[in-house]
Amino acid sequence: MRLSEHIYRTASSLAGPLLFVRNVFAAKFGEIVRIVPDDGAQILGEILRIEGDNVLIELYGESRGLDIQGMSVVFTDSLMQVPLSLDLVGRVFNGSGSPIDGMDMFIPEKKMPVTGAPINPAARARPEEPIETGFSAIDGLNTLVKGQKLPIFSSAGLPARELVAGILRNARTPVASGGFVAVFAALGLTFHEYAFYRKVLDGMKTGFVAFVNMANEPVMERLLAPRFALATAEFLAFEKGMDVLVIITDMTNYCDALREISTAREELPGRRGYPGYMYSDLASLYERAGRIRGLNGSVTMIPVLTMPEDDITHPIPDLTGYITEGQIVLSREMHQHALFPPMDALPSLSRLMQKGIGEGRTRKDHRTVANALYKYYARGRDLRRLEAIVGREGMTKGDTQMLDFAEAFEKEFVHQGDARRGMEETLDIGIALAERFRTGA
Amino acid sequence: MTGRILGISGPTVSTGLKGLKLYERVYVGHALLTGEVVRLHEDKAVIQVYEDTRGLAIGEPIQGVGLPLTVRLSAGLLSGMFDGLQRPLEKMRSEMGPYITTSREIAAVDTMKKWRFHPLRKPGEEVGPGEDIGYLEEDSFRHYIMNKTSARQKVSWLADGDISVNDPLGGFENGGEIMGHINWPVRGARPYRNKHAPSLPLVTGQRSIDFLFPLAKGGTAILPGGFGTGKTILEQAVAKFADVDIVVYTGCGERGNEMAEMIDEFLSLKDPWRDRPLTARTILVVNTSNMPVAAREASIYTAVTMAEYYRDMGYHVLFLADSLSRWAEALREISSSLEEMPGEEGYPTYLSSRLSSFIERAGVVETLSGKVGSLSMVLSVSPPGGDFTEPVTQACLRATGSFLMLDTSLAYRRHFPAINWSQSYSLYARDVADHFETQFSSEWTRLQSWCRELLQKEESLREVAEILGAEGLQDADRLLMHVAEMIRADFLCQNSFTEDAFSTPEQTFENIRGIRSFHDQADAILKRGVALEEALRRARETV
Ligand SMILES: Nc1ncnc2c1ncn2[C@@H]1O[C@H](COP(=O)(O)OP(=O)(O)O)[C@@H](O)[C@H]1O
Ligand SMILES: [Mg+2]
Repeated sequence: MRLSEHIYRTASSLAGPLLFVRNVFAAKFGEIVRIVPDDGAQILGEILRIEGDNVLIELYGESRGLDIQGMSVVFTDSLMQVPLSLDLVGRVFNGSGSPIDGMDMFIPEKKMPVTGAPINPAARARPEEPIETGFSAIDGLNTLVKGQKLPIFSSAGLPARELVAGILRNARTPVASGGFVAVFAALGLTFHEYAFYRKVLDGMKTGFVAFVNMANEPVMERLLAPRFALATAEFLAFEKGMDVLVIITDMTNYCDALREISTAREELPGRRGYPGYMYSDLASLYERAGRIRGLNGSVTMIPVLTMPEDDITHPIPDLTGYITEGQIVLSREMHQHALFPPMDALPSLSRLMQKGIGEGRTRKDHRTVANALYKYYARGRDLRRLEAIVGREGMTKGDTQMLDFAEAFEKEFVHQGDARRGMEETLDIGIALAERFRTGA
Repeated sequence: MTGRILGISGPTVSTGLKGLKLYERVYVGHALLTGEVVRLHEDKAVIQVYEDTRGLAIGEPIQGVGLPLTVRLSAGLLSGMFDGLQRPLEKMRSEMGPYITTSREIAAVDTMKKWRFHPLRKPGEEVGPGEDIGYLEEDSFRHYIMNKTSARQKVSWLADGDISVNDPLGGFENGGEIMGHINWPVRGARPYRNKHAPSLPLVTGQRSIDFLFPLAKGGTAILPGGFGTGKTILEQAVAKFADVDIVVYTGCGERGNEMAEMIDEFLSLKDPWRDRPLTARTILVVNTSNMPVAAREASIYTAVTMAEYYRDMGYHVLFLADSLSRWAEALREISSSLEEMPGEEGYPTYLSSRLSSFIERAGVVETLSGKVGSLSMVLSVSPPGGDFTEPVTQACLRATGSFLMLDTSLAYRRHFPAINWSQSYSLYARDVADHFETQFSSEWTRLQSWCRELLQKEESLREVAEILGAEGLQDADRLLMHVAEMIRADFLCQNSFTEDAFSTPEQTFENIRGIRSFHDQADAILKRGVALEEALRRARETV
C-alpha cells in the first residue's frame, strides 16, 4: 500500500491523450496523476488501465509539445475531487474547476469525488413540484418538475441558445424554497457563444455557477465539466437545501468528445462510431438529477443537444431520450415562421408532468387545458396533410376550424418572444384559445 | 485462498490466483467488492466486478469463495426491494444514507423476523427430493419448505411455532437439518419434474392484450418500442393487474425516478384479485442505469431465480424486466472489456444463446412436489432508433411467444397502449381461446376475428380516403371507418392514469360487444336507405 504521492520518470510512450508509464508500484484505477514537464505548466491525467506495473493514463490537458524523457509523473493516490463551498455561487470556472472570472479561487468547505455515487433508488423521492421556466410551451404543456431531467432537442441553426438564456433568466420555483440556483455547464463553446452566455450570466449577477469549456480547450475537459457541475449541484441541493437547475449545453459536443477519446483508446466503435457504453456514460450524468427522501433541495436538469442532420433517431438524441424523462423538441418549420420558442408540441413530452400539475401545484384546470390543447393541435396538424391534398374547400367546417386552431395555437400560445409568462397567464391564454375553437372539436 | 490484483480495466480485474473456478464468486480488494470469475486463461483469471472499481489498486487481495454467485431463497423476499446482487435497498439506505457507496454485505432478508411454521409431515415419514415438509406463513402465502436434498429422507423431528430463517425447522434421521433457506446459484435454472404447454390465459387487464393478443401463464412476451412508446407504463400496468400469485419486477438499467414513482404507487394499491396490498405479492429488483453495469447483467438472473423459487411452491409467477436491452448492453460492455471478438453491432456472438436459455426458464411446470406452477415473462426491449431489425429484438423474437409491438406513431398521437394491431401477434391466442370461450362467452373468438378484420379493412379504406377525402367513400365504408375509430378510441386505448387502467375480461368483452352491436344496428338502418349521419344517430339511441 502507498499512502502518499509517488513520483516516476518512467513514461514510456505517448500517443494523443494516452500516456504509458512503466514500473509503477500499486497504481490505483481512476487515480489522478500530475504530469510535470521540464518546462511549462503541469497537466492532470487519470489512470485508465493497469497491467501489472504498466499504467495507461489519459491526459486531461493538451499533450502537444510534451516530451516523455523530460517529464515527471506524480501519482497522487486520490481520485478526482471537486472543491465545494457556498462561495461557488456567482462564479465562473473552466472545465477542470479553475476560476476564469478574474477572481481568486475560493476556500473549499469540503471535497467530493467528481463522479459522485449512484442515488439508492429506495432513497429517491418522486418528483412532483413544478418549476416555472417562463415559457408557455414548456410550463403549460410539458411542465418541468423538481428532480426531473428534461432535455431540449435542437437542430443546427435553431435558437436553442436564446431559449437557454430565457430559462436561465426566468426560471423559478413557484413555491418559496431554500433558494434557487442555476448551474450552467457549457461544453465546447465557440467564442461567439461564450460571449453571448457571458452577457446573460453577467446580467444575472448571481444565482448561478458556471463551468465553461471552450471549443479550443482539451476534449477530456468536456467530459469533466458536466461532472464538476453536477457534483456542485448535488452539494448545493442536498447539503444546502437549494433547488438547483442544471443546464448543460451542448451534449452533442460531449458525445463527440466521448467518441474521440474512445477512438484514441482504440475501443470498439458502436453505432455511428460512438462507444458501446455511451448509454451508461450518459446515464451517469443524467441520473444525477433527482430528489431525496427526507432532504430539502433538488437537482433538475435541462441538457441541450443538437440533433445531427435533424435526425431524432441519431444515437445522441436517441440514447438521451431513453434516459431522460421526456424531451422538448425544437422545429425548423416553426423557426422559419419566426415563432419563438419554436417548440413542436407533438413529439415534445414531459413524462413527470402528471404529478406536478393541478390543484395545489399549478392550477386545478391545468390538466384539462393541456389535454384539450394537445388534442386539438394534434388533430389540426393531421388535417394539414389532408389540406395539402384536397384543399381547404374539400374539408368540413369542423375540420377547417381545427386547422385554424393549430395556427392560432402556434402563434398565440407557443410563440411568446422574449417576454416571461407566469403560469396563470399561460393557462389563461390556453383556456381562451380552447374556448374560441371548442365548437369545431 | 488469497491472491493479488494484477491488472484493472474498467469493470474487470485480473489475478494470478490459482484454483479459481469459472463463475466462482470472489471478493476483490480491501473493500471486499463482489466479483465473479468470467474467464480462465493459462495462469490468469479474469474477474467481473459488480461494483465501482475506481480506487482499487494493484496488489490488493483477491479471495475466492469456492461457490458461484448465489441468491438467498427464503421467506421474507416478498415486498422486498433488492439491487442486482440481492442486497436490500431499503436497509442500505438506512445504514449508509441516500447514496450507494460502500459495498458491505447485508443479508437479503431480515434474519430476526419470526415466521409461523406448520409441519405437513410426522416424524418417521419419508419425503422425496423437492417434496413438501411444511410451510411458513409468509403474510397470506403458504411458503412451502421442501426437502432440498437430492435424496429421499426420513423426518426425525419437526418444529411447530414461530421460527426465524436461520433456525432449523426440523431434522432428518441422517442427521441433516431442515432449514428454511437455501443459497441457489443464479445462473442455473431450478429443477422441476416436467414442463407443460401453456393453456391458461394470463389476464393483464389491458383490453388490447387480453382480447387481441392474449398472453398465457407460463408464456413469454416482448414489448419492443422506441423511447416514449409506453413500455414502462405498460410493464407496470401488467405488474399491477395481472391475475397471478406473485410478481417479480426487474428495473434493469432504467430510470431511478420511475422506480421511486412505482414504489409510491404500489404502496397505495391493492392486489386487484385478492384482498391484500399490492406489495405483498411483489418483489422488486432494481439496478438503475447509473448503478454498476456488471450488477445490471446479473440482475435478471437474481430476479428470475427468486421467481422460480416461488413457482416451485406451485404458484403462478410473473417475471417482468424493463428493459432487456439494457441487460444485453451490459453483456456487451463486459464482453468488450474482456476484448472478446464482437458479433453484430458489437454484441458478443453468444448474445442470442444466452438470451434464449434465459427465456427458457419460463414455462408451466410440474414441480418436484407434484404441484403445477408457472413462470411467465413480459420483457421490454429498447431498440436503438426504434429500429426492430437490431440484434436484441431479433433474438427475442425467436425466443418468445408474443410480440407486442409498440408504435412510435401511435404514441405521438397519444394512443396508449401504443400496441400496433396489425404487426403484433400472440402465438398463445389459440391455446387460450378455449378458456375464454368457456369462461366468458362462446362469442369470444368470433368477435375477435370481426374486430381484427374491421381494423384491417379500415387500413385500406384510409388509404383511399387520404386521396379522395372521406366524402369519396360509400356510406357503408364510412360507417366502418367510424366504427374502427370507436374501437381505437374507446376499446384499444386505455389510459393508465384513470379508472380505466384495469379492465376485467367481462368488461373487455362487454365493451367490444357493445361496439359490435352498434355497428350491426347502424348497418341495418343504412341498408334501409337512411343517410349515414342519421343512421349513426338512431343507432346511438337504440344501443
Ligand atoms: N397507458 C398509458 N396511458 C396514458 N399515458 C401513457 C400510457 N403509456 C404511456 N403513456 C405516456 O407516455 C409516456 C412514456 O411512457 P413510458 O412507458 O415511460 O415509455 P418508454 O418506457 O417506452 O420510454 C408516459 O410518461 C405517459 O405520458
Ligand atoms: Mg421506459
